[in-house]
This record gives sequence, structure tokens and C-alpha cells, in this order.
Amino acid sequence: MTIPESWFLMLAAVIFGIGMFGLLTRRSALIMFMCIELMLNAVNLTFVTFSRSLHDIGGQASVFFILVVAAAEVTIGLAIVVAIFRRRQSTAVDELSELRG
Amino acid sequence: MNSLAALIPLFPLVGFLLVLILPKSTTREPVSGWIATSAVLASFLTTVISFVWLLGQSEREVTIHLFSWLSVGSLNVDAAFLLDPLSVTMCLFVSGISTLIHLYSIGYMHGEKDFKKFFLYLNLFVFSMLVLVLGNNLLVTFVGWEGVGVCSYWLVSYYFTKDSAASAGKKAFIYNRVGDVGLLLAMFLLFSHFGSLNYLTIIGLGSTIPLSSTVALLIVLALMLAASGKSAQIPLFNWLPDAMEGPTPVSALIHAATMVTAGVYLLIRMSPVLAWSTSGRWVIAIIGGLTAFVAATVATSQKDIKKVLAFSTVSQIGYMILAVGTGAYSAAIFLMVSHAFFKALLFLGSGSVIHSLNGEQDLRKMGGLQKYLPLTFPTFLIGWLAIAGIPPFAGFWAKGDVLTNVYAFSKPLYVLGLFTAVLTAYYMSRLFVLTFRGDERFREVTEGHDPHESPWVMTVPLVILAVFSALGGLLDLPWAHSMSLAGFLDPVFESTVSPVLGSHMSEFLLAGADAAAGIIGLLIAFSLWKSTSPWPRFESSFFEKVWRWDDFYDFTIGRPLQRVAQFGSTTVEPKILDGAVVATAVSVRRSAEGIRKIQSGFVRHYALVVVVGMMLVVLFLVARSW
Repeated sequence: MTIPESWFLMLAAVIFGIGMFGLLTRRSALIMFMCIELMLNAVNLTFVTFSRSLHDIGGQASVFFILVVAAAEVTIGLAIVVAIFRRRQSTAVDELSELRG
Repeated sequence: MNSLAALIPLFPLVGFLLVLILPKSTTREPVSGWIATSAVLASFLTTVISFVWLLGQSEREVTIHLFSWLSVGSLNVDAAFLLDPLSVTMCLFVSGISTLIHLYSIGYMHGEKDFKKFFLYLNLFVFSMLVLVLGNNLLVTFVGWEGVGVCSYWLVSYYFTKDSAASAGKKAFIYNRVGDVGLLLAMFLLFSHFGSLNYLTIIGLGSTIPLSSTVALLIVLALMLAASGKSAQIPLFNWLPDAMEGPTPVSALIHAATMVTAGVYLLIRMSPVLAWSTSGRWVIAIIGGLTAFVAATVATSQKDIKKVLAFSTVSQIGYMILAVGTGAYSAAIFLMVSHAFFKALLFLGSGSVIHSLNGEQDLRKMGGLQKYLPLTFPTFLIGWLAIAGIPPFAGFWAKGDVLTNVYAFSKPLYVLGLFTAVLTAYYMSRLFVLTFRGDERFREVTEGHDPHESPWVMTVPLVILAVFSALGGLLDLPWAHSMSLAGFLDPVFESTVSPVLGSHMSEFLLAGADAAAGIIGLLIAFSLWKSTSPWPRFESSFFEKVWRWDDFYDFTIGRPLQRVAQFGSTTVEPKILDGAVVATAVSVRRSAEGIRKIQSGFVRHYALVVVVGMMLVVLFLVARSW
């Protein structure tokens, strides 16, 4: 038996929603990072799903790009978080509002 | 041989360049003066050679083509000189008197800080003046015209650290610019009608292409405006007295003998054009007559020796313009040449007086100088008698020639001219008495010393000019017109109006009237100024203030413009211009203050905006697919 595509899409939507909710509600930079990763991977899941149902390899190719870019982003992002933590002994983003207008 | 005349202006130019580029060590004080003087002397000798050569020619109208200067569409202008009796006469006295004044300046400018600069400008001036005179078209003349203007500006404000000298220079330049507009307008009008700026072409075409009387009048008026700027005539005459702020040799050369006659020269050069408009010539004659009279009245109550001479120059040039208006061109030139002699003499004489009194120019602090200045005194005496019109000196013949022509042209103008002659004799005698006779009032300025006579470089030019002032009348004796200056010049003026007087009797009567006018003025002055203290009370401040002419300009032009500027600086600039700038800045700041709230600095706000945006995109896509 095959699992219908709509299930994959619903799962992706749920993961994306969790990620989005976490991003908007949590205060820790590290947690927010993980939420972003969740959202990215939810998107990846939809890409793969559609790639399969539409018989188009382009979707899977896009996933590879997203993975690479996400990895790079995490590297830099974590480096910034570490740098901030070293300076302030905290990663609470609400304290990082010096650049407000 | 004929291209030799191209060297006439070249020598002063070379002199100018030499003084300019030679190293400082070789152009220290007297040397630069001698270089400049010999350059002008070479120019004078070349002129004499050209003159002699021209006398031997039957066709006395030679064009010397140097190079093609401008060629734009139908406008073709050559850099070319025209050698004819008129230009050669002008060159003779310009270069001759310039030589003497250069020589004089070596003595007068002794010890000045900018000795070299003075001769630099003076040589450049002579070059410009000769270009002005020799040019064969209006544009070349215009180059010289502007050249003498700028040299005059530099030399008037020679002592530029003095405020009055600096502003006098500016005044001279601005008044001249007003006149220049006239010359430009005349050039435009002439070019649009004849397609040429060449004197000979314009004059040649003038007889074949008829010109409407309005255009002819406009051209003549534009030329007159040019002449009144350069030659200090009403309404632009007040710059000349202020120009006396320059060193005295400059006053003698530029503001008495040569540059100020450029306007008269221009009118005479364009004399066939003047013949097209009788009303234009009336305007010229009336302006000349009025200027002669007004300036003479002003000269009667000036207290500065150079100011008296300056107004006297304005008045004498008024006579020349009057003569031009009546069509007596050779009489105008005759007066111009003899005026150049005696006015240069008087200015140099006054320079010698000023020199001996350590720079004092006030007539009230002179007097009794007769015995201290053994050479200046007799030469000044000759100059005084010459300008006063006492026979047999040059002024008598020249002024007599002018007045005879005026008599034939218009009786009221003749009466005005004759009355002005009385005034001339009066104010010159007043000047003479106050300077050389009476009590010695100079002890204060000389700190008790006796005044000293000037060195030979200053007195030699005085003596030479005195000889010419005394004998200048020989140039053009009334009973020998055909073999004199007038006979030499007349072929240039096709349209000379020779006076119709009827008989020799009336000519003698007129000459008698001239002589009487001079003697009456002289006697009045001597009886009034027998004793100089107390100062006679009738010196009208109205005359001393030049008929309030400056005040009039101040009131009609200066003040209103000042009010406009005031309005600009108090209203337009701070309120309108600054207001616009400030309003832009304020509105940018206000709107920025509103927008900056968006930048809260909280990451979740930004994330929320992204999410909301994303949702809007999704909603849009969903709505569209329905």
C-alpha cells in the first residue's frame, strides 16, 4: 500500500507550523535556529513529495541546494551565536536590540 | 615698405613681454622703465617713417593684412591694419606723447614698490591704443578698445591697497562697460545691414544700400553711447575725475591725452555713417556742448589740482564731440592733438608740483611755488595759456577752429561753447594762481623745507610738450587749411561740412571773440583770486559735487538696486531659498521619525513580518487559483 501524497504534505505543513510557532515564541537564539531548520526541512519534504508525484527531478535537485545553503547558514549563524554568547553570557534575542531605529 | 606699419603696435607689445619675462635681477628699478620707454620710442620712430612714406603716396589708404582671424558663416574678420592719414595722425601723437610720459614716469615713479608693474601696464596700454587706432575693422578696434579699458582699470587702481583707488578703478571699468554695450550694439546693427565690420566696406556699401532713418539713428546713438563711455561724456562722464586716483603720469597719458580720445576717434572713423542721420548728429553735438559746459562749471570749484584738470579734460573732449556733431572732423582732430599736448603738459606739470610737495594735491596747500620750480613754472605757464585759448598758443587755434564750425552749425551751441571758453580760461587761471602765485601755504606739507625741482627725466618731457603746446597752432592755421593737418585729413572724410561763413571778416570777428573770451576769463580769475585768504565764498557745493550727478545715479540706480539686494538678502535668501532647503530637511526627518519605529531591533518582530508577508503571498495565490 502506498501512503497518499496528501499525508506527506500535511506532515510537512505541521512541521512548518511547529517551526514557525517556535520561531515566533521562543527567545533563545539557539532554539530559534532549530525552528528555522524545522521549517527548512518541512519545505524540503514538500519538494521531495511533489518531485515524486510530478515525476520531476528538479524538486530533488532543489532540496540539495537547500541542504547545502542551510548547512552554510547554520555554520555562520552558530558562529555568530557563539560570539554573542561569549560577549554577553546569554543568547536571549530580546536583549539584542541595539540596532533598533 | 607698407607692412612696416605693422611694427608700430608690435614694439610696445615686445616691450611688455620683455619686462614681463626677463628675470627680476635684470628688470630692477630704472631698467624696466628704460626698456618700456625705448619700446615706445621705437614705435614712434616707425610711425614717423610710415608717415613720411604715406606723404609720398598718391593713394593714402593702405590695408596691411596680417592674418585671417575669424571666418564664421558670412562673418569674415581679418586681423588687419588700416594706414591712412587719420590713423597715422593718431599714431603719431599717441606714440609721441607716450614716449615722453614713459620717460617722465621713470622719474616720477622712482622708489615705488611696483615700479616694474607700472611700466608693464603702460606698455600694454600703448599697444592696445595703437591696435585700437590702426584696426581696419570694428572688431580689431574693439580688441584695442577693451585693452585700453582694462589697462586703465589696472592703472587707476595701481595703489590698490587704498580703498578709494580700488573703487575708482571699479567705477571706471563699470562705466566703460556700459559704453562698450553701445559699441557692441553698433557692431551688431552694422553687421546685420552690411554683412561686414570692415570700415572701408561699410562706408563703401553705405552709399549703395539705403538705410532707414531709424536704423541710422540707432547706429549713431549706439556709437555715441560707446564714445560717451570711453571719452567721459554725459551721461557717463563721472568716472574720469575719480580715475585721478591713479599715478599722475597715468592721468596724463590715459585719462587726458590718449585713451579718452578713443571715443572721438571712433566717431570720426565712422564719420560717413554719422552723415546718414542728421538728428543723430544733433544729439552728438548737444551732448558734446552740454558736457563741455557742465564739466567747465564743475572745474571752477574743485579743490584738488588733478580734479580740476580732469574736469577740464571732460570739458575739452566735450568740445571735440561738439565738433564731431557739427561735422568738423578735422577740427576735432586738431583740437585732440593740441589738447593732447597741453593737457599732457599740464598733468605732468601738476605731477611735478605734487612730486615737489611730497604728494600733496590740495590747491589750498599750494601757492607761491613760482620761484621754487624754475622749469615747471614756465612750462605750466605755456600750458595754461594754451588751454585758456590765448593767442598765439595751440589752444587758441584749435578751439577757434572748432567754434567757427559750431557757429556755422548752430548759434545757440556757439554761445554755449563761447561761454564755456570763458569758464575754461577762468578755472585754469584760478588753478594757476592758486598753485604758483600768492602766499606760500605749503610749509605744513613739506615740513618747512623748500620744494625741490624734479629730475631731468621729468623736466625734459615738460619742455618738449611746452614747445608743442606753444607752436601746435602751426599744424593747422586757418588761412592755410589745404597744406596743413586739415588738408592732410580731409580726404578721409568724404562728407566734411566746411563752414560757410561768407567772408574773412566774420572769421576774424569769431577769432576775436575767442581771444576775448579767453582774456575775460583770465581777468575775472586774477581779480577774484588776488588774495587767497579768506577763500572766496562763492564756490558752490552744487558745482563741487558735480551737479549732484553721482547722487542722482545713486538715487535712481544705486539705491533701488541696493533695495533689491536688501530684499534678496532679508527675504528671498533666508525665507524662500533657505526655507525650501530647511523644509526638505524637516519633512525628511519627520517621515523618518515615523518610519524608524518599524526597526524595533527585536528579531521576532522581523520574523513576524516575514511570516505575515508569507501568509499574504499564500492567500494571494490561493485566491487567484479560485
